[in-house]
Amino acid sequence: MRTTTPKEDFTRGIWRENPVFLQMLGLCPALAVTNTVENAIAMGLATFFVLFCSSLLVSSCKSFIPHEVRISTYILIIATFVTLADMVLEAVVPEVHKELGAFIALIVVNCMILGRQEAFASKKPVGRSLLDATGTGIGFLIAMLMMGGFREVLGMGTFLGFELFGPSYEPWVVMILPAGGFLTLGFIMLGFGYYEQRKIAKAKEMSDVEGRVTS
Amino acid sequence: MTDKALHVTASPHIRAADDTPTIMWSVVMSLAPVVGASIYFFGPSALLVILASCAGVLLVERFFGTSGGKSLFDGSAVITGVLLGLTLPPGFPLWMAFLGGAFGMAFGKLIFGGLGQNIFNPALLGRAFLQAAFPVAITTWTVPTENWLSLRGDNFAFPLMSPSLADGMTGATPLGLMKFEQISTEILPLFWGSTSGSVGETSTLFILLGGIYLAARNHLNWRIPASIFLTVAVMAGGIHFYDNSYPGPLFMLCSGGLMLGAVYMATDMVTSPVTNLGSWIFGFGIGFLVVVIRLWGGLPEGVMYSILLMNALVPFINRATQPRVFGTGTQRQEGAAS
Amino acid sequence: MSDETNAQEASPVAAAPEEPGVSAVRLFMTLAVAGAMAGLLIVMVNQFTQPRIIAYKAKMLKLAVTEVLQGPARYDTLYLIDGALTPDLPAGLKPEKQKAIYVGYTEAGEIKGIAIARGESGFQDVVMLIFGIDPATQGLTGMKILASKETPGLGDKIYKDLDFVQQFFEGPTVPLLGVKIGAGDGAPNEIDMITGATISSRAVIRIINNAVTEWEPFFENLDKKPVAARGETK
Repeated sequence: MRTTTPKEDFTRGIWRENPVFLQMLGLCPALAVTNTVENAIAMGLATFFVLFCSSLLVSSCKSFIPHEVRISTYILIIATFVTLADMVLEAVVPEVHKELGAFIALIVVNCMILGRQEAFASKKPVGRSLLDATGTGIGFLIAMLMMGGFREVLGMGTFLGFELFGPSYEPWVVMILPAGGFLTLGFIMLGFGYYEQRKIAKAKEMSDVEGRVTS
Repeated sequence: MTDKALHVTASPHIRAADDTPTIMWSVVMSLAPVVGASIYFFGPSALLVILASCAGVLLVERFFGTSGGKSLFDGSAVITGVLLGLTLPPGFPLWMAFLGGAFGMAFGKLIFGGLGQNIFNPALLGRAFLQAAFPVAITTWTVPTENWLSLRGDNFAFPLMSPSLADGMTGATPLGLMKFEQISTEILPLFWGSTSGSVGETSTLFILLGGIYLAARNHLNWRIPASIFLTVAVMAGGIHFYDNSYPGPLFMLCSGGLMLGAVYMATDMVTSPVTNLGSWIFGFGIGFLVVVIRLWGGLPEGVMYSILLMNALVPFINRATQPRVFGTGTQRQEGAAS
Repeated sequence: MSDETNAQEASPVAAAPEEPGVSAVRLFMTLAVAGAMAGLLIVMVNQFTQPRIIAYKAKMLKLAVTEVLQGPARYDTLYLIDGALTPDLPAGLKPEKQKAIYVGYTEAGEIKGIAIARGESGFQDVVMLIFGIDPATQGLTGMKILASKETPGLGDKIYKDLDFVQQFFEGPTVPLLGVKIGAGDGAPNEIDMITGATISSRAVIRIINNAVTEWEPFFENLDKKPVAARGETK
């Protein structure tokens, strides 16, 4: 395994290995609760909170956790923070909590979080783990914001409730329905795929040219 | 080495005159009377809607098509555009029709690899998208007006903006009347096409004529529409006989998009089964779903979803009805076992 | 029970080389400690959040009841326990799990109306609503949609179309009858349905009619005075 610099730990998850669009993790909330920007932000922040606290705890307790029960322990830790996030959201912003419904509780099974614990926090020092968790959390938040923004702008003609196109805008209802989640995710991954392909093609072109020059 | 080259090629050696463009353009030709009837009934609005959806389809095909624009002229894209236009209400805003065409082409066809690769009928996929995106606009039906030249709705709504709707211009389709008001419509206007509804769905007569022409030239598999009609007629007839409040078989056959769907959309060569037995199963499935959705579903019309659902099953139908080569089969299994 | 046999059987397959000496007790203790800490943390936060959550729910319910009964001076919550209405909930039963109606009174202590909450399937999902009815006139005093997932732009007009909602505040009598706009003949039980949202409008009407049918037997024997003014008779 290649060693990484602390800077890489942080930046990797934000864009280059974006958890949703490139690792395809955490798709359930990305599809289900991104119908408005507000919901997307609430979900992104709740997930960020759970990921950050879990990484902190897992990384600092890793020497006490026996290998055999590590997954159970991680799940226990994650579930605790999810329950906390659930209760705090319900008490502080009940309207948002009503919209997000069961999906807050489902953060427990967001493989992105467990994945970071198993792949990173359980092996690396606390500082690095927090960098990694912050980067991944921000990446997830960005992904949720992109999806939420796209869907709310098209589906309601608003951004964070602010009207963009005037009152006679015809909303694309499908975008705030579940089908719109799949469509949006498809659109964005199409863009990522296109970009990757272009990059590979360019790299190949370059190496071909170099090969010709040297030969 | 001799000068005379002996060309040896693999079979088949008999060339048929029908190629893809021939078949596709003959389908387009057979749609001409349907388009003509729609213009007769709904005025210039009908033509505008069809042209807008064609524009969306062709533009996407031109810029994202697999063969860099050559596929524009094989007729398949035009069929998609015309068929989509025919399933939309006459007063539909043109920018929505354009968007539907572009979406159907891009995500119904090109994303799978172009002509022959798609799973779903692109025209219906475009319509399904429009139905989900603009549920109000796509269920706003206009009643025929006195002045033939007047538009049947706000066709020229500014892109992204809602169409403005004058009062008294909307009416319900025969199927909507049946479902929500229990009012039946006479069969004759349904057959001739002078009822409210989508641009090209109202005239049973012209759709049937086009279908018969295509079936005679062997450009469509007659088993599919035949089995759809048979299933719908038998099911609707039985239910109507049992409980009079349900619509009768003739009403079911002539109303809504059943004719257009059965003749032109279910028979799409790419998205229908290749075997004859499979065609019967496919048609039966569509007919069954149409009756179920119309009578007991939330929507008055279910042809679009029925065909799309059965499209998804086509690969399985093909596999299940694959004919065995004579002499193989169970015996081969025994041979393999021993 | 037989850790050793398990270990012997497992070792050739899994060959678990790392930490061979971890005992079952240690594993158990780890999970138990983690679980206990987690529980402690959750209970602590719950102490802080639970009152707020309950207060919010009560506030929303009170707002809804006040709205659909057009501002009663006070209202009582009557629970349906063993086929009878009672204001006192037997110990051990959670109030939010019981079927209940809310009886509103005027300043003078007369019954102003009864609010009933009910949910049934609409077009997409369950439509939950609360409505008020005046048992004396059989006329509605109001209706409010509490939760619905009806199609945005179409079915959601059952709470966004104020003309539709307003009709329920103008005393239509039960059983309600949905009619197409302009097609009614002015009967007091007619409700103009929403164009394009026929199924959702019908669902609202059906839910109210069903609720009235279910609760009507209790209207006769309601105490005519609020609980607070009734003395110790019960």
